[in-house]
Amino acid sequence: MEETLEKKTYQVDPSGYYGSFGGAFIPEMLYPNVEELRENYLQIINDPSFQKSYNDLLRDYVGRPTPLYRANRLSDKYNTNIFLKREDLCHTGAHKVNNTIGQILMAQRLGKKRIVAETGAGQHGVATATVCALMNLECVVYMGELDIERQAPNVARMKMLGAEVRPATCGSRTLKDATNEAMRHWINNPVDTHYIIGSVVGPHPYPDMVARFQSIISEEIKWQLKAHTGKENPDYVLACVGGGSNAAGAFYHYLADEDVKLVAVEAAGMGISSGHSAATTALGKPGVLHGSRTILMQTDDGQVVEPFSISAGLDYPGIGPQHAYLFDSGRGIFLSATDEEAVQAAFELTRLEGIIPALESSHALAVLGRLGAAQSETVVVNLSGRGDKDMATYMKYID
Amino acid sequence: MNRITELFQQKQPGDGGLLNVYFTAGFPELNDTTRVLQALQDGGVDLVEIGMPYSDPVADGETIQKSNDRALENGMSVKILFEQLHNMREKVFVPVLLMGYVNPVLQYGVENFCRKCAEVGVDGLILPDMPMDVYLNEYKSIFDRYGILNIFLITPQTSEKRIRQIDEISEGFIYTVSSASVTGSKTGVSADMESYFARLNAMNLKNPRLIGFGIKDNATFTQASQQAAGAIIGSAFIRLLQETSDLEQDVKSFVRSVKNYPETVEI
Repeated sequence: MEETLEKKTYQVDPSGYYGSFGGAFIPEMLYPNVEELRENYLQIINDPSFQKSYNDLLRDYVGRPTPLYRANRLSDKYNTNIFLKREDLCHTGAHKVNNTIGQILMAQRLGKKRIVAETGAGQHGVATATVCALMNLECVVYMGELDIERQAPNVARMKMLGAEVRPATCGSRTLKDATNEAMRHWINNPVDTHYIIGSVVGPHPYPDMVARFQSIISEEIKWQLKAHTGKENPDYVLACVGGGSNAAGAFYHYLADEDVKLVAVEAAGMGISSGHSAATTALGKPGVLHGSRTILMQTDDGQVVEPFSISAGLDYPGIGPQHAYLFDSGRGIFLSATDEEAVQAAFELTRLEGIIPALESSHALAVLGRLGAAQSETVVVNLSGRGDKDMATYMKYID
Repeated sequence: MNRITELFQQKQPGDGGLLNVYFTAGFPELNDTTRVLQALQDGGVDLVEIGMPYSDPVADGETIQKSNDRALENGMSVKILFEQLHNMREKVFVPVLLMGYVNPVLQYGVENFCRKCAEVGVDGLILPDMPMDVYLNEYKSIFDRYGILNIFLITPQTSEKRIRQIDEISEGFIYTVSSASVTGSKTGVSADMESYFARLNAMNLKNPRLIGFGIKDNATFTQASQQAAGAIIGSAFIRLLQETSDLEQDVKSFVRSVKNYPETVEI
């Protein structure tokens, strides 16, 4: 690769790939929809009036910038300098809304009248239903039949926001099947509907577009960290990875700075070898999932394997193609945390800092002790969401 | 010559439309694959599309999804399918295509897959999520080496420029999706479709076309055959397989009724 001669960016190339990962592996029925988006997304995003609408909403509606908070007691515990990027303080409770705000504005510019989305735990569904209410667009959210049973409060929120929640009843009836149904819905409604994917997955240009909308996270970390410490860069950036949108946003402006260690934490579920895990890079192989070449958990026959994690937001059998590239190239450090470790980390943060984190974000916190960060070093943890939605799970551990 | 190419070349004006029937391998039971294939040929089908079941068939509607789920529960895999088709050409003379999603083929290895297709006598592949550029850059030379045709799809939303591109690189036939939908969503041929088919006919493409999606019986098959070289039936046939208690007889009767052959005449 000629890339070795210059500084690597780890960003998408003009044909939609990150190294050998990415692309658009879609049926012809989706081609015109995806092509319309591909041809227009950069021009729309770079348009100053789009930027203004996006930034105004992030400030006034989402509540950005979110604070970068020095967690003093947590830092003492691990004998290093830990900063939390407080995405949990975003409207609707997680970073997901950064992307849905961007995509709803995109949909408007493309003249779309309806929105379809998939959701696992319901956080992306809620963030989508929220922006649809705000912009007065019709909203259909597909959710696995099993997840609908498991995540009743978020189903209620989506309904209150005016979205129609449709169950995915085939396959394993969870996030991957909801994604399939959303794609089918888009095939059946190609002209007036925009599909708001919730993570940095799917056919090009989705992974790049979603990463750009989430890149506000690291854009803010850059100036906030400088204001706090005078340092240009942290030594570590930590984020959990399901599909990987919060990690993509937290890593975005550090990708080319090879000195910054980018740590992605996957959900090991009951343990990597337990048969109940979602640690994609540990268990997966290259293949095609939801329209892109990436790393996914699959059988020898190429059937997609149903993952397992206590955290519904990490319960996905693949990762975004950019993360596959970060893993494959060694730019990213991929670790995993079990259900048990994540819950312990959640309680630790809660008792030390008075912040109840989402189960997803707790996976990132769970590896703090394993980093080997020195006393003088700086660690930024992307606290992607708050734990309100996970109280039923946490309650089981309180005695 | 490839059996698909030969079939379309031999077709004379005035012949009825060609009937392609889709079914899912390993459905309803694991070892039904060759039974269904044989019965389709006995009924007088012109070509057959065997679906390789996949866990995440995004282009398929509920009927075919459920048949995929069932086939996978039955233990179906690419490896087993090739075992089942091992002696296929002792009795089966109609062209046979495999339809499926690209991931299982990638895991099997594209070269291994094509070699195996050539060995058992499979003539073509339909992989809806294989991008055209990836096919051309990475896999076409392999397909060509083993004489396997890659069948592309077009839809009412496909631009004229892209249809011409697809026509240029296609061999055998072009799979013409009748409406913006997944399989099994709608039935019949609407006025919108008529104008789409007329537009295609006016383009004078070098490849013949088979119309798929929404074809279920003699009436819809005949309608579609007036607009193209023939048509493809999938979901309607899967529904028959779900319900049948006499597989051989019902499959034969189905093909005969679609093609309007008399029941009593042996083909």
